[in-house]
Amino acid sequence: MDLLRFFTAGNVDDGKSTLIGRLLYDSNSISTDIIETLTRQSKTTGTNTEIDLALLTDGLRAEREQGITIDVAYKYFSTDKRKFIIADTPGHIQYTRNMFTGASNANLAIILVDARNGITDQTKRHSIISAILGMPHVLVCINKMDLVDYSEEKYKQIESDYLTFAKQLNLKDISFIPASALAGDNVVTKSDKMSWYKGKPLLEFLETIEIVEAKQTDVSRFQVQYVIRPQTDDLHDYRGFAGRVVSGSYQKGQKVTVLPSGIETTIDKIEVNQQEVELAETNTPVVLHLKDDVDISRGNSIVPTEHLPKTEKEVTATICWMDNAAYIPGQKILLQQNSFRTKAVVKEVISKIDIHSFTQLESDGAMKLNDICKVLIKTAEPISFDSYADNRNSGSFILINENTNNTIAAGTID
Amino acid sequence: MDYIQDKEEIMKNKDYLDELEAEAIYILREVAGQFDRPALLFSGGKDSICLVHLALKAFRPGKFPFPLVHVDTGHNFEEAITYRDNLAKQLDEKLIVRYVTDTIKAKKLQDGKGKFPSRNGLQTYTLLDVIEEFEFDACIGGARRDEEKARAKERIFSVRDEFGQWDPKMQRPELWNIYNGKVNKGENVRVFPISNWTELDVWNYIKREKIELPSIYFTHERECILTENGQLMNTNEFVTIEEKDVVVKKKVRYRTVGDMTCTAAVESEAYTVDDIIKELKEAKISERGATRMDDRVSEAAMEDRKKGGYF
Ligand SMILES: Nc1nc2c(ncn2[C@@H]2O[C@H](COP(=O)(O)OP(=O)(O)OP(=O)(O)O)[C@@H](O)[C@H]2O)c(=O)[nH]1
Ligand SMILES: [Mg+2]
Repeated sequence: MDLLRFFTAGNVDDGKSTLIGRLLYDSNSISTDIIETLTRQSKTTGTNTEIDLALLTDGLRAEREQGITIDVAYKYFSTDKRKFIIADTPGHIQYTRNMFTGASNANLAIILVDARNGITDQTKRHSIISAILGMPHVLVCINKMDLVDYSEEKYKQIESDYLTFAKQLNLKDISFIPASALAGDNVVTKSDKMSWYKGKPLLEFLETIEIVEAKQTDVSRFQVQYVIRPQTDDLHDYRGFAGRVVSGSYQKGQKVTVLPSGIETTIDKIEVNQQEVELAETNTPVVLHLKDDVDISRGNSIVPTEHLPKTEKEVTATICWMDNAAYIPGQKILLQQNSFRTKAVVKEVISKIDIHSFTQLESDGAMKLNDICKVLIKTAEPISFDSYADNRNSGSFILINENTNNTIAAGTID
Repeated sequence: MDYIQDKEEIMKNKDYLDELEAEAIYILREVAGQFDRPALLFSGGKDSICLVHLALKAFRPGKFPFPLVHVDTGHNFEEAITYRDNLAKQLDEKLIVRYVTDTIKAKKLQDGKGKFPSRNGLQTYTLLDVIEEFEFDACIGGARRDEEKARAKERIFSVRDEFGQWDPKMQRPELWNIYNGKVNKGENVRVFPISNWTELDVWNYIKREKIELPSIYFTHERECILTENGQLMNTNEFVTIEEKDVVVKKKVRYRTVGDMTCTAAVESEAYTVDDIIKELKEAKISERGATRMDDRVSEAAMEDRKKGGYF
C-alpha cells in the first residue's frame, strides 16, 4: 500500500481543522471514545454545533480556548486504497513556521479558501511557500459553500482568481473542489447541493490521485550520519559508514568520490541490516564500506564520481526567516544540511519576495519574521549541494542561531 | 534493460512499512551523530521493543551508542521485567534501572493513593533524576503521535528545558528530515523515532519482523475488577479490593503495558499477532481510551504531564 503525506493550509478560520475532522469523522476513522470526548468538549469550548470537529486536531489547551490552531497536528488514517499522514497546520501568520514544518515533508497541499472572502494574503503566502517547497500537487478547496448558497458563480470566480495569481508561481498540478467542511458537502460523499460540480469529493480525490514524489533526480546521493566501528577482536578493522540513500541508488563496485575532500575510491561492500547487498535503492538505510582507508566523518558525502554535486563555500538560496528576532547583519550562524553542519554567515540579502505581487523587491538588508528572501550565504566549511529543484534533500538546509540554538530559517538552494 | 525493470519492481513493492522503518533508523542515527550522551528509554512495552529492534538495524554490528534506561515504577507486570532483563543480557547492551520507590523515599514524596494508586505521575521525578545523574542530553522514547492529542502536536526532536519541561507554544520548526538537536548544558531533547507510526503499523511491523513480545500482549485468563466505566483492572497487591467490587475472571490481553494499577486490560480472543491485527482493525475504542485511567482525569492531562517533564 502506498502512503500520501498531505497538509492543510490557508487563512485563519477558513476551516482547515474542521475539514480534517470532517474527513476523519465521515470516513469512520475516529474511535468512539474520542467522539465522546469531542462531544463533551464541544459543549464547553467549541462552537454551537453538536460536535466541533476542529477540536479533533486542536489538541492543545490554548488552541481549544482560543478556537485557533497554533501548531501543526499530525493525524493518521487509511482506507482500502491508501494510507495517509495528515499535517493540519495553522493559518495565523504568526505561526507560519509551524505551517512550513507541516508542509516540508508533504507531497500534496490542500489550500482552503473561504468562499465568502476569496483569496487572501495568507492564501497567497501559503501558495508561495508550497511553490518554494516544490509541492507536486496543490488542491484548492473552496470551503464554506453553505454560506454562499452553494453558488457556482462564486466558485468559478475564486477558481479563476486563483489561477491568475498562481500563474507566476510555477505550481505544477492544481485542482479545485467546492466544499462545506461543516456540513460535509464533497468531503467524503458527493454533495447533492452542487450538482454543477462534476469532479470527485475530497476523499476520493486523495485516494486516486497519482502521487508524484517531490522531485528526486536519479543521481545518487548519500551523506554519512554515523561511523560504525565495533573495535572488537573479530571486527577489528570494521569501519562502516551508516546513512540513508538520499536519492538514486548505490552499487557494489561503483566508483565514488568523498566530499568535500575529493578523494576517489570504490564501494567495497553495501550492508543493509547486516546483510550484504549488490544494490541499494533510494531511502534505504545502509552501511557503506570503501576500498581505501580514507578519512571520512559525519556530514561528508559519498557520491558517484561521474555525477558530482557542487562543492563550494557560497550558496545562493531562498530562505524563510522563522525567528521572532530579526536578522542582525553579520550575525554568526550555523547551517545544517541533513547531517552536515558548518558555521556560516549571510553575506548579502539580495532581494525580498513581495507576497502580493510575487515579485522580487529590492532588499534593504533586513530580514524579519516570515520574510522570504533571496540570500547569499558564506560557509566556513565547503558544502556539497544540488539545487532544490533537482534534489529536495541535498538542496535544503536550516539555519540555527548559535546562541539560542533555535532554528531560525529554512532554505532552498537555487 | 533488465536492471531498469528490476528497479521499477523494487519501487512498486516498497511498502509503507519500509518508509516508516527508514525514517526511524535515520532518526536513531541522527541521535548517535548529534549527541554526546544519549539514552534509550526502555519500558518493556511493544513500542520500546520496536525501538530496540530498529536500533539493531541502525547500529549492528556495532554496539548501541546509548544505554537502555528503565524507570521502574515498581508496579510492573512481571512478564515485562523478565523480558527486559533477558533482552539486555541477550543483546549484551547496558541496562540502567532506576526505581520510583527509591525516589519516593529520598524525596519524601507522597506515594500514589486511593484504590488504584498509580505512580505514573511520580515517574517524572525519577526520570528527571536519572537524566541529571548521567547528564543525558537526549532520551529516545517510543511515544507515537496517534496515541493522544497533545502527542500529535509534538516534534520528533522535542526540546526540554533544564526542568524537563515542554513548551508547546514555542516549539522549534522542524523542516524536511533535518533535525536540530542543539541544546545547552542541562537541557535535553526527547526524540521520538516512531512518531509517525500508528498502533496498527506497530503490529504490522512486529508481524513482518517476527519480533517476540511479553506474553501479556496475548490473550490469557486473568482476575480483574470490572470498574464502573467498564474497564477491566487487574487485581494485584497494590490495588485495594472492596466488597462492592465486581471481580471477574476474563480472557484478556493488554494493548499497552504501563503502571499496572492504571492500565486496563481488554477482553480478547487474540492468541497470535495475526489475531491482534484483525482485532485492531475492528476495534472501536482507541488505544489509550481502552487502557488508560490517567488520561480521563482532565481534557489536558497528557499536555500537563508533558509540560512537567513526562514523556
Ligand atoms: N458555515 C461554515 N462554517 C465553517 C465551515 N468550515 C469551518 N467552519 C467554521 O469556521 C470556523 C473556523 O474553523 P477552523 O476549522 O477552526 O478553521 P482553521 O482554518 O482550522 O483555523 P486556524 O487553524 O486557526 O487557521 C469554525 O467556527 C468552523 O465551525 C464550513 O464549511 N461552513
Ligand atoms: Mg485549524
